Amino acid sequence: MNFQGIWNNDLAYSFRRSPVAIAAAVLTVICIGGALLAPWLAPQNPFDAASLDLNKAFAPPAWVAQGAADYPLGTDDQGRDVLSTILYGARISLGVGAAAVLFALVVGVTLGLLSGYLGGRIDAFIMRVADIQLSFPAILIALLVDGVARVAMPADSHDEIAIPVLILAIGVSGWVQYARTVRGSTMVEKNKEYVQAARVIGRPPFAIMLRHVLPNVMGPVLVIATIHIATAIITEATLSFLGVGVPPTRPSLGTLIRIGNEFMLSGEWWITVFPGIALVTLVLSVNLLGDWLRDALNPKLR
Amino acid sequence: MTSAAPTLLELEDVGRDFDVSRPWLNRVIEGVPRQLLHAVDGVSFAVRKGETLALVGESGCGKSTVARLIVGLYAPSRGRIRFDGVEISDPSTSAATAGMRRRMQMIFQDPFASLNPRWRVRDIVAEPILVLDLLKDKVKINRRVAELLTQVGLTPEDGEKYPHEFSGGQRQRISIARALSGNPEFLVCDEPTSALDVSVQAQILNLMTELQARLGLTYLFISHNLAVVSHVADRIGVMYLGRLVEIADAAELFARPRHPYTRMLLDAVPDLEMSGRQRTPVAGEVPNPLSPPAGCTFHPRCPHANNRCRAEKPILVWRDATASACHAVDEGRI
Amino acid sequence: MILEVKDLRIEFRTRHGTLVAVDGVSFCIAPGEVLGVVGESGAGKSLTGTAIIGLLEPPGCIAAGEIRLEGERIDNLPYEAMRRIRGRRIGAIFQDPLTSLNPLYTVGEQLVETIRTHLDTGAAEAKERALALLREVGIPAPEARIDHYPHQFSGGMRQRVVIALALCAEPRLIIADEPTTALDVSIQAQIIQLLKRLARDHGAAVMLITHDMGVIAETADRVAVMYAGRIAEIGPVREVIRAARHPYTVGLMGSIPKIRVATDRMHAPLVQIDGAMPRLNAIPSGCAFHPRCGKSFERCRNERPEPRPAGANLTACWLYD
Repeated sequence: MNFQGIWNNDLAYSFRRSPVAIAAAVLTVICIGGALLAPWLAPQNPFDAASLDLNKAFAPPAWVAQGAADYPLGTDDQGRDVLSTILYGARISLGVGAAAVLFALVVGVTLGLLSGYLGGRIDAFIMRVADIQLSFPAILIALLVDGVARVAMPADSHDEIAIPVLILAIGVSGWVQYARTVRGSTMVEKNKEYVQAARVIGRPPFAIMLRHVLPNVMGPVLVIATIHIATAIITEATLSFLGVGVPPTRPSLGTLIRIGNEFMLSGEWWITVFPGIALVTLVLSVNLLGDWLRDALNPKLR
Repeated sequence: MTSAAPTLLELEDVGRDFDVSRPWLNRVIEGVPRQLLHAVDGVSFAVRKGETLALVGESGCGKSTVARLIVGLYAPSRGRIRFDGVEISDPSTSAATAGMRRRMQMIFQDPFASLNPRWRVRDIVAEPILVLDLLKDKVKINRRVAELLTQVGLTPEDGEKYPHEFSGGQRQRISIARALSGNPEFLVCDEPTSALDVSVQAQILNLMTELQARLGLTYLFISHNLAVVSHVADRIGVMYLGRLVEIADAAELFARPRHPYTRMLLDAVPDLEMSGRQRTPVAGEVPNPLSPPAGCTFHPRCPHANNRCRAEKPILVWRDATASACHAVDEGRI
Repeated sequence: MILEVKDLRIEFRTRHGTLVAVDGVSFCIAPGEVLGVVGESGAGKSLTGTAIIGLLEPPGCIAAGEIRLEGERIDNLPYEAMRRIRGRRIGAIFQDPLTSLNPLYTVGEQLVETIRTHLDTGAAEAKERALALLREVGIPAPEARIDHYPHQFSGGMRQRVVIALALCAEPRLIIADEPTTALDVSIQAQIIQLLKRLARDHGAAVMLITHDMGVIAETADRVAVMYAGRIAEIGPVREVIRAARHPYTVGLMGSIPKIRVATDRMHAPLVQIDGAMPRLNAIPSGCAFHPRCGKSFERCRNERPEPRPAGANLTACWLYD
């Protein structure tokens, strides 16, 4: 499709007409850009122990009295530049969120497709598992997965496996909504005549699922995935805040908020407030973008 | 069409039930039994090579289910279906069945649902060629798709477009091209024109008759519209509540309808010539198929029903080339 | 005249430009008369009906022309005034009887509510009237069925209830949009008979919108044939059906299959009009039908024909100038 075509299609049109969507997109792009380019943008590498200077700890933001221009948003208890930790933290938050969503999406879409297309016992089994899982809060499942992984793995490898375990934990708690949505749409598509036509032609079931049904059920999945990224980032932050997420040596936004929380009441507010603002901005903009996408793709609301 | 033409498709006492019970938990709690819907019950007929057999009836009479049983979208609950002498309803002979199934294709009712919206038209038309492994060479496939599109009145360039760029009639042409690309001998057409405007319907009906003559196709044509059927069918079967009530040569059926239901259907056809022909007003509605009336299922609406009709199920009785399932016809009362 | 429509033009103003869906449509309906409006999808017949009831959804709007109900202009009324006319003076019957009824209320409740909204009656009196209406539309045992919910009725019976609902306030005009399309052939015939009888008994004007010439032939007194948002031909039903003048009507009539069985194998092909109804963004110049018309000439391509007398009909075709 050429540029003219993209510019004029309905989605682009609705985007151009929605100031909220544009603002959300700009913020999202800034957040993602900042996170991806952290090594080049950040004044300091907060993971590099050599560059840290404990004497510089608790420096307030640059515009406050005693603030240093080197540390625009101040430093934390270990002398790390808060702006740099936020940029690197957002990188981890976004990465974990996106990976968890991808994991949930692949598992959920696969199971939903099988469940909806094959029906019968397979459907009953997958959906009962989903029902049972839905009766536990997502955060509880994530805590459970995390706990099990910690017990199963030797203690010295905890920090290394922390991030994969976190991705698995958040992903596992999120696949159900994909499975349910895809199952519903699959059951609708399966009875449409183009699928019956493919069956009459003699296509085997898995080829029909993959080539005919899947492309037609992906629309709502993309909307869910966008909104789910925001939720996944929040879940990650919550887990890290509770101390079961990423280790403090490689902090995500949630870890930063937890670290800063201890100093909140002793006057060093910036250590927790700036990561907090970053988290809210990131989640809010992704969420608004997802909301807009849902409305734009829903023909009934148009 | 002479009756000497060999039989291509044969249905013998075919039945299909659907389980329409409430979910298991509801059944246990509410104490309701399983419920079966006899969508098709004891249907037997044969289609001869090169002819068009039409099945007509109102919604819920089972005509579409018969179509889906034949092409294998449903498995029959009872009875046998034979294609060219080979049984295709028995799951244990799946290799032979698959071989027979390649020789039939289906055209669906809704031109907006029967084409995958995300596929290009050329991929849609080429699908049977690839799945049935008819041609390997890409150039040959493209040439064949172009030929098929031309054959149904489209242009080869239309292959590059997506289905939403076409009108209902054009989409139905694409559907026909797809069905033909598998080189079938037998086409099952399930209400192929009922979603189309009349002038487009005429185009499609003409196209289908022309293709039949050119390619020597055999059609099973499902429709609710007797007037449409009169333009394409050699023989006509009338269905009511899952059963075949009459089957006859088209000319015979229109000239001398036997079964009271056939007569009623003919009377319901609007008088477009405004000839003022005498018609009996139609009475009653199709009963709920979940609790069909005892005896002849048509008896509550039938002006000729007597006690026997209310108690005893009539069977299809052949007389010359015509069969009807009606006690009144058998007894010579009508 | 109960309904007079003059030079009605309906436009859709979208970001792709203005689409003209109905263009210069004029007709009128007398008391007790059934006017059939027939055409294929995209002809603008349903939009015309929707505009008369005042339910055009944006971006659709009436861009020109007027609609008069018993002499009073109703196309420019504010929403609230139009709402009072709908149901009271204009009754509407739509294609799908299931969605026209609220599944959560019994048919009795819906009838009584509609009667009391439009007529100044007590509850008991309204119920009496509801029963009388159900009886009139041919529902057996109305005393028992009045307390049933819509899903307890069959399709045909449901459409009868919808008709009763449209008749609640004795409207002067009834707009029936494809009232029989969702029904089986045998039920269709019954509903047609009912509509015809009601129009006669109540002296209401009926605008019957359908794609089915058979329904028109059975019910209508006059018929308007629409093509690409314009009236191609309008006249007494017998004349239009048996002696159509406009080439589109001729083609349309020829393409309708009629029960006629050839004795030998070869069925005579149906008359077919090649091509398709133009899209709204590409309506041809001059006569909108000229690219599909076998008899078109120079003038058809450049000048737009207005309906003018040809026999007993009005025909928008230069052949009859």
